[in-house]
Amino acid sequence: MSSPHPWLAVLAGAALAVAPVSAPAAKSHAPKGPVIYTVTLNKMAFGPLPASIHVGDTIEWANDDIFVHSATAKDHAFDVELPVKAHRWTTFHAAGTYPFACRYHPGMTGTLVVTK
Amino acid sequence: MFKAFAFAAALSLTAGVACAQAPNDAQIAHIAYTAGNIDIAAGKQALAKSHNKAVLDFANEMVRDHTAVNDQALALVKKLGVTPQDNPTSQALSKDAAAKLKTYSSLSGAAFDKAYATNEVAYHKTVNGALANTLIPNAKNAELKSLLETGLKLFKEHQAHAEHLVSTLK
Repeated sequence: MSSPHPWLAVLAGAALAVAPVSAPAAKSHAPKGPVIYTVTLNKMAFGPLPASIHVGDTIEWANDDIFVHSATAKDHAFDVELPVKAHRWTTFHAAGTYPFACRYHPGMTGTLVVTK
Repeated sequence: MFKAFAFAAALSLTAGVACAQAPNDAQIAHIAYTAGNIDIAAGKQALAKSHNKAVLDFANEMVRDHTAVNDQALALVKKLGVTPQDNPTSQALSKDAAAKLKTYSSLSGAAFDKAYATNEVAYHKTVNGALANTLIPNAKNAELKSLLETGLKLFKEHQAHAEHLVSTLK
């Protein structure tokens, strides 16, 4: 896996507010531009994940659950705290396969595949 | 009125006589809320007594998560116009928990940490069994059943966390 540097960017909500995304793993983008995929957390689970994403794409983590969660890469490449009802964003700058879990509830897991 | 649920028997509690009568939603809500409150109280005791970071982190998680479930349960029963119904199982749970709090209040340091964490394993195991075998199958309201199912997922995580915590304590 290539180096994640500068792997992670948690972006301010306002910066991406122009991208209307609501459905689980839905994507929104300008033609041929970076894509924003929404992953919704609910009922102690990560919702559907995109089969793969490309370098430059962004995952929007939407915590619709009643519990605090996190999206934490197993290799610690990213660690996003997700308060109840919070939305957070992670942009990927390097290709690779990234298994992740909730830091508080390790049974909640997923894997993101990032390609060039 | 029912005397006790199979849940009480599963808890090895002596209150009442176990019988096959299924709990209704009002009783299920009361039992689930009581079970959550018991773990919140245990967590607050740990926060007050422990100096072990892993124990404190675990206790904080218990208080935070169980409070979230109970807040949701309160909102649900209010929405449904259901009044949670006290019952022998809730009473037995509370009595047993009060005794444990009293026992653990005399402990300190590593002895307290070990006792608290070990009891958390046993408690979550018991509650998870009751949720899976008695409370969820008997819940009639779909929203209540869904909340209990989410609770079961959560409490299984807690059980695993507690088991890990016990394995790290001397």
